[in-house]
This record gives sequence, structure tokens and C-alpha cells, in this order.
Amino acid sequence: MLDTLLTPFIRLGHWVIEAIRRLGFISRFFLAILMNSAQSLTRFHLVIREIYFAGVLSLIIIIVSGLFVGMVLGLQGYTTLVRFGSADALGALVALSLLRELGPVLAALLFASRSGSAMTAEIGLMKATEQLDAMNVMAVNPIARVVAPRFWAGVLSMPVLAALFNVMGILGGYYVGVILIGLDGGSYWSQMQANVDLHVDVVNGMIKSLFFGAAVTLIAVFEGFDATPTAAGVSAATTRTVVTSALVILALDFVLTAFMF
Amino acid sequence: MKRTTIDLWVGIFVAIGLAAVTFLSLRVANLTPQGADKTYTLYAEFDNIGGLKVKAPVKASGVVVGRVTGIALDTKNYLARVNVAIDSQYAFSRDTSAEILTAGLLGEQYIGLVQGGDEEDLKPGDRIAITSSAMVLEQLIGKFMTSFAEGSGQDSKQP
Repeated sequence: MLDTLLTPFIRLGHWVIEAIRRLGFISRFFLAILMNSAQSLTRFHLVIREIYFAGVLSLIIIIVSGLFVGMVLGLQGYTTLVRFGSADALGALVALSLLRELGPVLAALLFASRSGSAMTAEIGLMKATEQLDAMNVMAVNPIARVVAPRFWAGVLSMPVLAALFNVMGILGGYYVGVILIGLDGGSYWSQMQANVDLHVDVVNGMIKSLFFGAAVTLIAVFEGFDATPTAAGVSAATTRTVVTSALVILALDFVLTAFMF
Repeated sequence: MKRTTIDLWVGIFVAIGLAAVTFLSLRVANLTPQGADKTYTLYAEFDNIGGLKVKAPVKASGVVVGRVTGIALDTKNYLARVNVAIDSQYAFSRDTSAEILTAGLLGEQYIGLVQGGDEEDLKPGDRIAITSSAMVLEQLIGKFMTSFAEGSGQDSKQP
């Protein structure tokens, strides 16, 4: 009787302890990555290889979704702005919303689902097939050889992808606003240039995407490394990567926005 | 995949990224590569600056000749002290006057400079002595309402 009463508390306690253990593990894991990063710099082709898989192969999805997001912003922005007779401000609206929020956040969400999940699955499978243990036996540090290059590749790729997303979005807004609806192209650009500040908007957006890149790849490699070495474990870890990354990106975005703007 | 192919694709990736950042800074944020654009600083004191903000333009005859670089309250005389950076290719005479104007009825506020007739020019750090404050719409409406009320009061006295 007492046992059944206590079961929820036992579950809760287990859940809290497990969450704290994982938080501690991920912090130490982050430190370990930083301390084992020297090899990534001396053998930079490892990082380049990972940039290819994480960044270059994400180009298509980033370009296409950036274009569509920009087109939707153009359409929705126009229908709202035209009611107040300020449709000329469309360029500023599209550019500011992309540079400050949508570009970094959406690019990071796409990056997490496309590259983050792939990283987790890859490292998780390496663990399940005991390749990481084999490396340890051969005195190769798996964090330096496998994890750190992926981490740095993610950190370096993310700002590039976010910048590309912004550019494609602004062009998509231009296509809808100027070419389809017929606003003046000159005022689209001049309103944008008058209202966008290089430091406040462009650079802060880049800094945001750097943080997102670090957070997403850290979560991805950690989940892979921490995965239960079975098929079910790897699949659960991949799901956790996407869910946790999405939550962390949005929460981090709020914190960074509060500090920056 | 061969290493050179990967290198090629990563090279293209980085080039695209650099092009995107350049596009954002030049075309979107309009960073004109003027570098160390030479300016000199003047200041002016106003009773009321209204909604003037840092980075607001300074115009002479409608041409942008500088920017507002700082706004502070001078606690000695409780006037608003506004620093402006003027492009060094433009010189203004010592009796230049500055007024705070509004672009359109509710637009952003800017400083308008009107050249005077003095032979000598303002030097860096000088004060623009003749100023007139911002037009505050609420005060204007208030004045209008008072004068309107007074006007109607006088009317009622006279039969």
C-alpha cells in the first residue's frame, strides 16, 4: 500500500536525478570537446569533411525554405501594410523580421532536423557498433577524432546558412512585393537600407546563429554519445536531439533577444 | 567521396556564405565603404528636443550634412545638450541657427541648420548659439484649445 503511494515520488525523483545527471554530463562533455579541439585545428580536413555533410548538404533546404518564408512575409506584410497605406515599408519589414528573428531561428531549426539528427544517428551507431570503443583501444580519443570536428563544423556552418537564409528571404520578399504585386523596387530597397543597421541587426543576427549552431551541435553530438547502444536507443536519441534542439533554440532566442535589442 | 571534391564543395559553401554576408552588409544595411569619414563635432542647446533621437539626420536646405551623435541633459542650466557630427566638407558660419523639425506631420524629427552671414566659420567643438525647440504637438493643441476657449469667453461677454 505504502509502495503504491510512493511510486509517483520515486518516479519524480528518478526523473529529476536523471535530468541533473544529463545536465552535468553535457557540461563536462562541452568542456571535454573544448579541451580536445586542438586536433581539429591541426587536422582541419576532418572539420572540412563535416562541414560538407552538415553545411553543404543543407544548402538546398535552406535556399528553398528561405525563399518561401520571404515570399510569405512579402504577401502577408503587404496585405497588412497596405491597409495603413504604408506598403512601401515592406522592404524594411521583411528584412528586419528575417535578420533579427526568422533567419537565425528557422535556419537553426532546419539545421537541427537535417544535420543534428544525422550527427546523433551517426555517433549513436558508432557507439552501438563499438567503433568508439575500438578507437579507445587504439589510443585514439573519440572525442577529439569524432565529436570535436562535428561540433566545430556545426558552429562554423550555422552563420553561413543563416546568412544565406536571410538573403534568399529578402529576395523572395522582393519577388512577391515588387515583381508580383508591383510595389516600387527603389522604395523596397531604400526603406530597407534606411531601417536596417549593420551592427544592431546584421551582426546581432549572426551572433545569434553562432550560439544556435553551438547549441544544436552540442546537443546532437551529446545525444549520440549518450545514446543507449541499441537500435531503439539510437532512434530515441535522434528524436530527443530534434525536440531538445527546437526547445533550446527558442528559449535561447528569447534570452539573446532580451540581451541584444 | 574524394577529398578534393569535398574541398571544392566546402569552398563553394564558404564563398556563398561570404557573398551572403557581403550582400547583407552592403545592399541591405547599406554600409557604404567610406571608412574613416571625416566629421567634426558641434553642439547645440535646446529647451525641448521633443522626440529627437541619436543618429537622427542633420540637414541644411534638406541635404543631409551630419548626424546627431549624443543627447544629454546639461544639469547646469537644465537644457538639452545635443552633439552633432558634421561632415567636414561642409563649413557653417558662426551665426548658424539650428532648429528641430519634423519630417511630415508625425514623421521622424531632425535638426535643420540655416546658414548665417558671419564671415567666420564654426570650429570643431563650438556651440551653435541660435536654436529653436521642437514643435510638440500636444503643447500646440493645448495652446490652440486655450486660445479657443478665451476667444469664445470674450464672445459671450459681448452681447
